Amino acid sequence: MKRQFPLIIIFSLGLFMVVQYFVPHEKSEFFYEFIALDWPPIIGAFALMLGVISLTRVSITKIKRKKEAWGYSIVTLIGLFTMSAVGVVGYHYPPLTRAFNWNFNNIMIPISATMFSLLAFFIASAAYRAFRARSVLATILLVAAIIVMMRFFPLGPLTSVVGRASDWILNVPNLAAKRAILIGVGLGIVSTAMKVILGIERSYLGKD
Amino acid sequence: MDGVADVGRTARLRVCIIAATLLSFSALASAQVENPVADTAAVYPAATIAEPPPAPITNLKVKDLPNDHGHAFRLTWTISADDTGGRNNVRQYAVLRTPAWKGPFTEPQGAGPGWRNEQGHWWHLVEGEWDTVGTIPSSTAEYVNRGGKARESSDYFPDYVGFSFKVLTVGARGSISESAIFGPVESSGQWFHAGKTWVVLAVLVYGGLMLTMVRLARGGKELFIRPLAGINAVDEAIGRATEMGRPILYVLGLGSPDEIATIASFTILSRVAKKVAEYQTELIVPCYDSIVMTIAQETVKQAYIDAGRGDDYHEDMVYFVTQNQFAYVAAINGTMLRRQTATNFYLGVFYAESLILAETGSLAGSIQISGTDRITQLPFFVVACDYTLIGEELYAASAYLGREPILLGTLKAQDYTKAVLMVLMGLGVLAGILNIAWLTDLFVLNI
Amino acid sequence: MAENNSRKNIFERMFAIDRRWVYGFLMLAVVLSVIAKPIIPIPISREARSIYDFMNSLNSGDYIHLAMDYDPSTLAELHPMTRAVLKQCFEKKIKVIITALHQNGPGMAAAAIDTACQRHFELTGYRPESGKDWVFLGYKPYPILIILGMGQNYRIPFPNDYYNVPLDSLPMMNGIRNYQNVKAVINISATSATDWWITYGNGRYQVPLAIGVTGVMATDYYPYLQTGQIFGILGGLQGAAEYETLVGTPGKAVEGMSVQVVGHSIIIIFIIIGNIGYFATRKKSKLGL
Repeated sequence: MKRQFPLIIIFSLGLFMVVQYFVPHEKSEFFYEFIALDWPPIIGAFALMLGVISLTRVSITKIKRKKEAWGYSIVTLIGLFTMSAVGVVGYHYPPLTRAFNWNFNNIMIPISATMFSLLAFFIASAAYRAFRARSVLATILLVAAIIVMMRFFPLGPLTSVVGRASDWILNVPNLAAKRAILIGVGLGIVSTAMKVILGIERSYLGKD
Repeated sequence: MDGVADVGRTARLRVCIIAATLLSFSALASAQVENPVADTAAVYPAATIAEPPPAPITNLKVKDLPNDHGHAFRLTWTISADDTGGRNNVRQYAVLRTPAWKGPFTEPQGAGPGWRNEQGHWWHLVEGEWDTVGTIPSSTAEYVNRGGKARESSDYFPDYVGFSFKVLTVGARGSISESAIFGPVESSGQWFHAGKTWVVLAVLVYGGLMLTMVRLARGGKELFIRPLAGINAVDEAIGRATEMGRPILYVLGLGSPDEIATIASFTILSRVAKKVAEYQTELIVPCYDSIVMTIAQETVKQAYIDAGRGDDYHEDMVYFVTQNQFAYVAAINGTMLRRQTATNFYLGVFYAESLILAETGSLAGSIQISGTDRITQLPFFVVACDYTLIGEELYAASAYLGREPILLGTLKAQDYTKAVLMVLMGLGVLAGILNIAWLTDLFVLNI
Repeated sequence: MAENNSRKNIFERMFAIDRRWVYGFLMLAVVLSVIAKPIIPIPISREARSIYDFMNSLNSGDYIHLAMDYDPSTLAELHPMTRAVLKQCFEKKIKVIITALHQNGPGMAAAAIDTACQRHFELTGYRPESGKDWVFLGYKPYPILIILGMGQNYRIPFPNDYYNVPLDSLPMMNGIRNYQNVKAVINISATSATDWWITYGNGRYQVPLAIGVTGVMATDYYPYLQTGQIFGILGGLQGAAEYETLVGTPGKAVEGMSVQVVGHSIIIIFIIIGNIGYFATRKKSKLGL
């Protein structure tokens, strides 16, 4: 039963959701709202607790055993508990809300923006390494990439030519390739979903 | 694999559940709707100035809106002769409906289906009174009167109650002419969305194809699957890490556990973890989502047990990091650079952080195998990783690794379905070029 | 011989430039262009204009839903779009229902709304009010469920707004139940929330949908534009610059475009250098040198 109970839940709820998609009646919508809209956030909130416990335990273990770079684990724990405490208590105590907002606006936002800005440098180095005209196809890719990158350049009379070429590249071959991959991905999703609902795919249960 | 008795019991359970689901829907379908009664309505303001009224609309028809949850009508008509023609003096149309809502009352006024309760006040439907339910610009010949399904909402109207409609044609200076009244018509919800018929057929065809291919695979037929370089490289990559004495990093991505790419990644993680357990190499699995973490812990633990190395498993191998995208990638980058991981797997759902991960792994000198169904991130992985599983290759990996008949069968079914779609697309292109409208209209979905 | 060797070394160096030189040149170019602020003309795309024209066709008192599903990391590309859309809404007195379905988004969204209100006040003397001109619903987890819930009734996932005021007590939410009461959803996002809006918002509830996404994501959504599932796309900094130009307030996005052009130029130059080095060293190896 320990093996079968999760499979029964997955099968019954999966089948219900499939059937519900084709049944527009309001009585079907009522069950959908009750099962699909109400329960997952509750389960997610409890799962988040598990995640926090895991992170705390791993960090404390690293600190106790003085593993490599254990200092970062101290920073992790301080950040985790400080922001949580300030956020929860600050809900009822406005000065702490201001502290929470200050931390968010002056630490969180700049750090996130900095990490994202690394992409600019990595794209430059990746493009330099990868865009080599090794073959005909690679050359076509290289030329297309340069045309699309140049579409914002002020090139005088050539601006509209490059713009139109860039639009054609984005709207015709790019679109065709994306649609093809989307169709393949869509079929893969249907197939994997069917396998999960029918209990064929069980790796997520931890069983082989 | 299940024993024969297990398979039989599971199959019986599935049949029971299917029967129960269908019975419950049919029970809901036969449930009765309660029936109370009604009161007064508001009237469209009378026409004012000296202006000959425009010609009224004609051929008013009202039907229940199909393929919905009820509480909706579709009205169609022929526009007034003075709308864009004749005197060309039509400003708008107004749709009126009877019975109309009268209230608010502090207490209910009798029984019947025609009542609603909005913020503690009662309203009742009254015969002979008219409500204006919509105004439509001129030159429009259609209107959908859609109401809420909750009795607490101000635009609610009940199903299975006869409503009649008329349409007023309003002139430029406010003169009005009325159409003939159409009704009574009842609205109701449908138990099957006819517009999605093609979806049902496609699902049934695909399911049938899947079962056929599975049966063929189980019967011993050799099904060709083209080699996937990324999957073939898994063993080599794990071996490399073992030789170098450095750990293996497995990143499940930023998806939630209901995303198919994440589920596919669990399958590959299971195989990788089993191999890693056999080679006794260190495995690091940092997770973005806490539910994914719990599933990954189970997956890795079971893989270690299956490899006969249950004692080597410890929960800190698989740990939660954070649910912030760039904080997560910063943590993984730090792990990669400090631990000098020999092999990195990036399999799952990735967003903008994909290039940061791949470039940092390249800096650390790791061999990198990636796979995602996010089309936007594929170019970055292709450029920066040694092997990349593109789109559905990630989903196919479970079949490829295990070579189980059921999984191979579903993979081949996908391929044949793609072939069918290609033929249909070719036909569609031809139909479009040759203007064969009935062929292209045949496959229209009205969802 | 010595000359030949040094020429060969140049090509070999061009073929394998240390990535730190690439980073250094890029950084220098970006810093210089931020200081110099060159002006780049911004051509307006069809996709951006269709959103602008749609918004312009709305009347005072119409409702739109602005879904700000991004976090501070993509602020540079997406915030200018948000500001431009809010400016247009406040100018035309279009009522805005705002959500932020990213866990790091609400604080940033609240700040953006505040800034937009302040700017409108400085221009017109009137400060748009919460509950009257706009309502900010905030954040709830699991975007799919929230999008589906709002399609039934905004009050299912959000009984109160971000400031904990019951929705039913807000004047502008009177009679507003779900997507059928809004003219369109404008989704500004850097996450897969856009996919959910297309699948569930437009697919299930048929609400007209326009999107503003990062440059990298924009090309993914052209198929949906062709099928009519979305009626406009603002793609990355370019899209933001186009919309700023359309609403008549060139700002950070327009300034950023010049930096982007310089950055792209540096990348193209390095690609060309790398290819020269590649062909030269390949030729050398073919000649057996």
